[in-house]
Amino acid sequence: MSTKIFKHIQTSVVPLPIENIDTDQIIPARFLKATTRDGFGNNLFRDWRFDNDGNPKQDFVLNNPTYSGKILVAGKNFGCGSSREHAAWAIADYGFDAVVSSFFADIFKGNALNNGLLPVQVSDDFLKKLFEVIDADPHAEVEIDLVDQFIKIVKTGEQESFEVNPYKKACMTNGYDDIDYILSKKELVEEFEGAR
Amino acid sequence: MGQTLFDKIWDAHVVSSNEGFPDILYIDTHFIHEVTSPQAFDGLRARGLPVFRPKQTVATADHNVPTWDQHLPIKEELSRYQVDMLTKNCAEFGIELYGLGHPFQGIVHVIGPELGITRPGGTYVCGDSHTSTHGAFGAIAFGIGTSQVEQVMATQCLLQSRPKRMKIEVNGKLQKGVGAKDIILYIISQISAAGGTGYAVEYAGDTIRALSMEGRMTICNMSIEMGARCGLIAPDETTINYVKGREFAPKGEEWDKAVAYWQTLYSDEDAEFDSVLSFKAEDIEPMITYGTNPGMGIGVTQHVPETASFEQKEQGSYKKALDYMGLHDDQQLLGKPIDYVFIGSCTNSRIEDLREVAQFVKGKHKADNVTVWVVPGSKQVQEQAIREGLDKIFDAAGFPLREPGCSACLGMNEDKIPAGKYCVSTSNRNFEGRQGPNSRTFLASPLTAAASAITGVVTDIREFLKEENTMSLRGT
Repeated sequence: MSTKIFKHIQTSVVPLPIENIDTDQIIPARFLKATTRDGFGNNLFRDWRFDNDGNPKQDFVLNNPTYSGKILVAGKNFGCGSSREHAAWAIADYGFDAVVSSFFADIFKGNALNNGLLPVQVSDDFLKKLFEVIDADPHAEVEIDLVDQFIKIVKTGEQESFEVNPYKKACMTNGYDDIDYILSKKELVEEFEGAR
Repeated sequence: MGQTLFDKIWDAHVVSSNEGFPDILYIDTHFIHEVTSPQAFDGLRARGLPVFRPKQTVATADHNVPTWDQHLPIKEELSRYQVDMLTKNCAEFGIELYGLGHPFQGIVHVIGPELGITRPGGTYVCGDSHTSTHGAFGAIAFGIGTSQVEQVMATQCLLQSRPKRMKIEVNGKLQKGVGAKDIILYIISQISAAGGTGYAVEYAGDTIRALSMEGRMTICNMSIEMGARCGLIAPDETTINYVKGREFAPKGEEWDKAVAYWQTLYSDEDAEFDSVLSFKAEDIEPMITYGTNPGMGIGVTQHVPETASFEQKEQGSYKKALDYMGLHDDQQLLGKPIDYVFIGSCTNSRIEDLREVAQFVKGKHKADNVTVWVVPGSKQVQEQAIREGLDKIFDAAGFPLREPGCSACLGMNEDKIPAGKYCVSTSNRNFEGRQGPNSRTFLASPLTAAASAITGVVTDIREFLKEENTMSLRGT
C-alpha cells in the first residue's frame, strides 16, 4: 500500500517555542479512544488550544490567525513520551506536512516518517534563527527539500542540510511502505524461523 | 572485540541486513492492547492479510478498563467500544486474549513477565512505550507505533536501525527507604528526559545486581522517560529463579537448554559502549518530581531549582512547567499538602510493590485530606495480595485495593485526578494533564507515596523509618 508522497514544500510556518513537547500534549490520552485514523487533528494540542468548556484559548498559536502554514517549528525533544502514533496522525490531520525541531524523540520520529510527516532536525542555532525570523515576520516562508535534504529560510537565504535515513527517504519520496518491503522478503523470514 | 549484551540479542534476531536499509528484526512475542491495535487490524483487512504468527501475539485489555466493579459492563461508551473491538479483532484473527474477567488479565507489561512469556534473550514489542519494562530480563523490548503494530502483525518482523549502546552503572549501597524507583528517577534527573535518546541502555553495577526482578522492571520501565530506545539488564540467578515454573516458561529439557543459552547473555569484558555513565548509590535520596517531565526530579529534601539557573532559551519552558504545577523557584516540596496518592501502573504495581506498601502502612491510617488508590498490575497480583491478606491491611489504612488496569497513570478510564489537585503517584509520567486535565503529578516511589498518604503532605520516608527503628528498639 502506498503512503503519502513528500518531496518539497515551501510555506509559512507555525512557531511553538516550547521544549520537551510530549505526545500527551499533542493528543491527550482521553482522545485515543477512536478506532480509526481520522479526525485527530480536531484535538491536536487540545488542552493548550481549548479551555475546559471547549472555547479556543486566544493566546495559543493555533488560534492566532497571524500564523499559518504547513510546517510546525517546535523546541527541542519534540514528541517525547508515549508511543501513540495518534500524535503523528493528529499533526498530519491538522494539515502539517513537516515538523522542525533541534531534537526529536525516537518513537515519534519513526511514527511521523511512517505517515508522510517529515521530521526535520536542525541545529540549535538554526532553530533559534528560525524563531527570530518568524518573530520578526510571521509570514516568513521556509522551504524544505527532502530530495536534496535541505531547509532554507526563503527571505534570508540561510539554509542547513538535514539527515534522513536513506531507506525512509526513498519511502517518502516514492510512497513506499515498510510492510510491502518486508513481505517481499517473506521467504527470508520463514528461513529464519526454520533455522531456529 | 567482545560484544555487548544488546548486540548479542540483536544479532540473534536479524533476518536480513542490507546496506542503507534498516535491519529486518525478528520479534519473538508481540503484545497488543485495545488502544493502539484497532487501526492496525483495519490495515490488515485493507491489505487482505492475516496475522502472520497469531500464536506469538498476546492480547490484553488494560488502558481503558475500570478498576472498580470490573464485572459490570464498561460505562463509558467509547472505552467499551474499544475493548469490544479488541475482543472482536482477536477472535477474527485467532489471537489469544486475556480480556476482562480472564484470570491472566492485567497491564500488558505486568502480565508478560508474570506468565513467563518474557524471557532472557527474546525480542518483544508492543504499541506502548513502556514495553522497555521487559528488558529487565535481559531482552530487547521497546514500544512501537500503530503502523509498526500492523507491520509486526503482518510479518512478525520490524524494520529497525540498530541504536547506539549506553551503559549506566550504579554501584554501592542504597540508603534505607531508597529503592529502584528512586534510582531511575535519580538517573533521569541527572541526564534529562532526552539523555538516552538514540541509545539502548544496559544497566549494570552491584546496586542493580542486588535488585529483585520487580525492581529491575521498574528501572527498565522508565528507560523511555530518558528517551532511550530500550533498557536491559543481563540475566542472572535472580532472573532465572523468577522465570522458573511460570505458566508459559519452558519446562523439562527445554528449560535446561534455555538456561544454558541465557547464561551466555552478558556484555563481554571488552565490549565497547558508545557511552558509559556511573552513579553512586549513596548519592541517591528518596526522589520526587516537581515539574512536567520525568527529568524534573529532585531529592525529597531539596528545593525546586531557580529559573535563573537555566539557559535563557530554556527559561520559558521551565517557567511554564512551574506555573502549571503551582510551584515557585526554590520551593521545598517537603511538607506540601497533597490530595491524592496513586499506587499502581506498569512501573510499580507488582506484588512486591504492594507488599512493601502494606508492610509500611500496617497499623497506620491515611490522612483525611488524601484519597488513596491502590491498583494492582494484574488479576494475578490482585489475587495474590488477597491471599496474603494485604487487602485487609490496605482497607484498615484507608487504601482500598482496586482491580487491575492502567488506571490513573493516564486517566483513560474513570480514575482521573481532578483539575488543580496534587497527586503523589508511583507511575511514570508527570506530563501536563497526564492523570486528568490540569492534574498535578509528583512522581515518587511506592514508599514515598505511602508515607505521604499517611501524613497528607510530601514526606521523607527516611524520617518514618528512623522513628520505626527507635520504636522497635524500645520494644526490645
